[in-house]
Amino acid sequence: MLLDQARSRIASLLSVRPDELSFTTSGTQAVHLAVLGALAGRRRVGRHLVVSAVEHSSVLHAAEAHERDGGAVTTVPVDLYGRVDPAAFAAALRPDTALTCLQSANHEVGTVQPVAEVAAACRAAGVPLFVDAAQSLGRVAVPDGWSLLAGSAHKFGGPPGLGLLVVRKGTRWRSPLPEDEREGRRVPGFENVPAAAATAATLEAATAESGAAGALHRELVERIRAEVPRLVADVEIVGDPVRRLPHLVTFSVLYVEGEAIVTELDRLGFEVSSGSSCTADSLRPSHVLEAMGVITHGNVRVSLPRGATAADVDRFLAVLPEAVVRLRRSAGVTS
Amino acid sequence: MRFRRRRAAEAEQAVPEPVPVPAGPPAYLVLDALGRKCPIPIIMLAERIREVPLGQVVAVQADDAAARTDIPAWCRMKSQTFVREEALPQGGWAFHIKRDY
Repeated sequence: MLLDQARSRIASLLSVRPDELSFTTSGTQAVHLAVLGALAGRRRVGRHLVVSAVEHSSVLHAAEAHERDGGAVTTVPVDLYGRVDPAAFAAALRPDTALTCLQSANHEVGTVQPVAEVAAACRAAGVPLFVDAAQSLGRVAVPDGWSLLAGSAHKFGGPPGLGLLVVRKGTRWRSPLPEDEREGRRVPGFENVPAAAATAATLEAATAESGAAGALHRELVERIRAEVPRLVADVEIVGDPVRRLPHLVTFSVLYVEGEAIVTELDRLGFEVSSGSSCTADSLRPSHVLEAMGVITHGNVRVSLPRGATAADVDRFLAVLPEAVVRLRRSAGVTS
Repeated sequence: MRFRRRRAAEAEQAVPEPVPVPAGPPAYLVLDALGRKCPIPIIMLAERIREVPLGQVVAVQADDAAARTDIPAWCRMKSQTFVREEALPQGGWAFHIKRDY
């Protein structure tokens, strides 16, 4: 009962039918099931998968699993802003293409992808498109035309450990996991009912306030984008200047280690992230920054929380230049 | 050092199979940043490119994979010309940058 209610409320926000929506145990599981299930469902058509170079690692890991299993993967490159070219994406389609994957917006640099154009090209070719909408649900509407979609509740303020998987009617899909009767035979195991109910409430709230919150965030991010290069020498703002998520802004500071600047900003009371290699688990820098061809060190990602104010941004802009000067001096940079 | 580089280039030209290394002037200055993590190779490049006359090439040797993205990106930001990346036999790469101003 509670579960059905949560399902219809979320389905209505996503403009899909309730029976097209399944709850998963995380956004990552939703992505894995969407990608591997759609590939399994279209195995007779072929085993070719198309992904953008800047997909979330959960999509790329599913693609790697497909490749290990004998499938073929084409990676579509992005421009300096991290955006795919819809024509290049369409050109990657082959007669044996089983599935294409494109995120709604990038998780590291905030660039919004041309989902509508790519969906139209895929539709014309009869190939299903999977959209990883984890970054934009509850913030920006997802364009129509896709066949599968995944989301993650904690990204829009919901409980951790709950993901959303949508498989539109008419989309061929077969579970890559052993049979289980739950969630329309799409997700094994018992549903997390309280989390599903909480997710419905938070997605409703986030969607309702996305207009006002988005406008404020957009204004604050615009200020950071304009002021950081003016206040700090040798900085590059990364990501699309216009077609982007409202709350996310990323820049790279030359000659500074990502980890050092994250630690310093944390000490000053700002929790930021970084795509620089030294802050991640791996030794490799972020595949997103690499694919864009932008500076990977000194990377700072500011994700404005709900309730961020102009005063917070002013304080950030007040402490950043001094912090960078200190770090550069300690690294022995003389210029 | 420079002789060895030229011989290596000639040897590669003699063999038709491998991908040909794009032609470029030999490096005027070679910076050894092998074993150093980014951003150190970029800091070394930024500090020492001024020792190279205009139009000449500085080569940065580095084995941090981040340099493969960061050095071309630095050249784009700083309006210097990224000439080419060359794999080193001992591992890592030599990145060739032409000083434009």
